[in-house]
Amino acid sequence: MTTYLEFEKPLAEIEGKAEELRAMARNNAEMKVEKEAAALDKKAADLLRELYKDLSPWRKCLVARHPDRPHCKDYIEALFTEYTPLAGDRNFADDHAIMGGLARLDDLPVMVIGHEKGNDTKTRIERNFGMARPEGYRKAIRLMDLADRFGLPVITLIDTPGAYPGKGAEERGQAEAIARSTQKCLEIGVPLISVVIGEGGSGGAVAFATADRVAMLEHSVYSVISPEGCASILWKDAEKMREAADALKLTAQDLKKLGVIDRIIKEPSGGAQRNSAAAIASVGSELALMLAEFAGKKPADIIKERRRKYLDLGTKGLAA
Amino acid sequence: MNWISNYVRPKINSLFSRREVPDNLWTKCPECGTMLFHRELSENLNVCTNCDHHMNFTPRERFAALFDGGVFVEVKVPEPITDPLGFRDQKKYPDRLKAAQKATAEKEAMLVAEGEIGRTPIIAAAQDFSFMAGSMGMYVGNAIIAAAERAVKLKRPLVLFSAAGGARMQEGILSLMQMPRTTVAVELLREARLPYIVVLTHPTTGGVTASYAMLGDVHIAEPGALICFAGPRVIEQTIREKLPEGFQRAEYLLDHGMLDRVTHRRKMRDELVAILRMLTRQSPAVAGDLPAPKTDVAPIAVADTPVTPKTKVEKK
Repeated sequence: MTTYLEFEKPLAEIEGKAEELRAMARNNAEMKVEKEAAALDKKAADLLRELYKDLSPWRKCLVARHPDRPHCKDYIEALFTEYTPLAGDRNFADDHAIMGGLARLDDLPVMVIGHEKGNDTKTRIERNFGMARPEGYRKAIRLMDLADRFGLPVITLIDTPGAYPGKGAEERGQAEAIARSTQKCLEIGVPLISVVIGEGGSGGAVAFATADRVAMLEHSVYSVISPEGCASILWKDAEKMREAADALKLTAQDLKKLGVIDRIIKEPSGGAQRNSAAAIASVGSELALMLAEFAGKKPADIIKERRRKYLDLGTKGLAA
Repeated sequence: MNWISNYVRPKINSLFSRREVPDNLWTKCPECGTMLFHRELSENLNVCTNCDHHMNFTPRERFAALFDGGVFVEVKVPEPITDPLGFRDQKKYPDRLKAAQKATAEKEAMLVAEGEIGRTPIIAAAQDFSFMAGSMGMYVGNAIIAAAERAVKLKRPLVLFSAAGGARMQEGILSLMQMPRTTVAVELLREARLPYIVVLTHPTTGGVTASYAMLGDVHIAEPGALICFAGPRVIEQTIREKLPEGFQRAEYLLDHGMLDRVTHRRKMRDELVAILRMLTRQSPAVAGDLPAPKTDVAPIAVADTPVTPKTKVEKK
C-alpha cells in the first residue's frame, strides 16, 4: 500500500483506476484491459516524474518526512555486514532514537551511527520518532571516541525532526550533550562521513553531521528550524510554513550552492519511498566514493582540514 | 460600551498617565515593579536595588563596568556577507538588521574587546540581547572566532558573556553552521591551554546553549537567568503538563550539575579575576581599588580606536 502525499492525489487517482481495471479483468476473463491499464501506468509514471521534477521546498519537507522512506535501520541492514549494535551512554540509559555500532562496509570495519524514526506506531514510540535525548548524543560521543582510538571511519545517517524537547532531557543537559557531540566530531582523527537521508533537524542533526563530507539525498532537507516553527515565530502563523520553507533555503540543492554540503545523492523517480532498494544502493556507492578520498590520510591532517572547512564556511551566498 | 468607558475613562487615564514615567529617567523593574532612577540603576549594574532582579546589560555597559577604569579596545570582527539567503518574512532581513542597528547603535549582536580586569589581561566577548535577541548568525560566529584567535595570539584567557534567543533564522542553515564554527573556536583555546570562561546571562537558549555556551572550562550564570535548549513553552506543548517553578533557571541548572556557579553581577568581576588568576597561575589580585591602567599598557594591534564607555543607561 502506497501512502500518497496531499500533492500526489492526482497520481493516486490514476494508479487507482489502473488497479481497478486489472481487478475487474481478474474477475472476468473475457475483458481485455491490459492496453488501457498500460496506458494509465504510463500516464502515472509521467505525472510522477513531472511532480518530482521541481518539488517546492515545502513538498520536499513532506517527502523527507514520508513514513515509507527507508530509515537508518534499513540502510544499516542493507549496506553493512556484521552490524553489531553497541548500546548505552554508560551514565544513564540507552537511547533508542540513536542506533549505532560496529559494522563492515565492503569488508572495511567502520562505526555507523544514525537517528532511527521507526516505521509503525510501536517502533515509532520506542524510537521516540527519531528525537534523541542527551543519552543518545552521549552514546554517539562514546562510539565516535571508540572509533577514533581504533582508527575506524565513522559514518552517520541523519534523520531527525530535532533533539527531544522534554523535561528530563533538559534536566540532564540536552544542550551540553549536543555541544559535546559536535565537539567530538571536530576532534576525531578518523574520516567522518555524514548522509542526510530524511530530515536534518537543527542542533539534533549538527551534533553528528559536523563531518568531513556531508551528502544529502535529493529530496531530503536540512534546516536550522522546521518551517512550521519558523512560520509561527516570524509570521506569527504556523500555517505559513510554505513561505517559511521557501525562505529558509533548506533543500539539498540550495545547501550545495551555499557550500554547506558536498554531494547530492539522486533518488529514484518519485522519491526514495517508492524504491527503497535503489535509494539505499545509491547511498552505498556514494559512501564508498567519499570514504575512498581519505585513504592514507594522516589523523592530524584530517582534523586540521575539517576545522578549516568549518572556519571557511559561509563565504558563499545565494545570489538573489 | 457606553459613555463612561468610551469617553470619561480615556480622559481620566490620559490625565494621569501623562505624569507617570518621564522617558529615560525611570525604569520599572519587571520583577517587583519598583521604579528605579536611571543613575541608581546603572550604578547598580542594571540590577534592581529592591529585588536583585538582573536586567538586560548591553555589552558596552558591561565592558565599561568590567574592565579596569572602563578602558577596553575593540577587537575587529571580519564582516560576513549580509543576507546570504535573500531572506524575507513579513519584513526583509536587511531592513530588520538596519532597524536593530538604529535601535542599539551597534553593528551586530556581539562585541569583542581586549583589556585588563584586576590587572589581568583578557579578551572578552559579550552578546547583545537587545540586537535581534542576540541571535547567532554569521557575524556572531565570526566574532567568537576572532575573539578566540586574538586570545591565542596574545596568550590570554577568553571570557564570554552569552545572551541569545538562539540561532538567527534569517540566515537559515548558515546560522546553524555557527554551532560547529564556534566549537572550532573553543577547540583553538583548548589546544592553546587558555582558560575559557562562559558567563551565562538571561536568556541563553537554543543553538547558542548547544554550542559555545556549554563548552566552557568554567560556567558561571547570573541569578535567575533562563538557560535551556528548548524553551519552556515548546516543552509544555510537547509534554502537555505544567513545568515546575524555576525550571531552566540558573539555580535549577546549578542543582542539576550544568553550572559551576551562580554569581551576582556585582560580585562577578572579582570572581572572574580570582578564577582567571588561579587558572593562569598568577599571584592573587590586589584587593581594593586599583589605579586606572596606563593607556599604553593595552596592546593595540588589530584594533579600532578605544571607545569611551557610555554611562547613560538606555531604556528599552
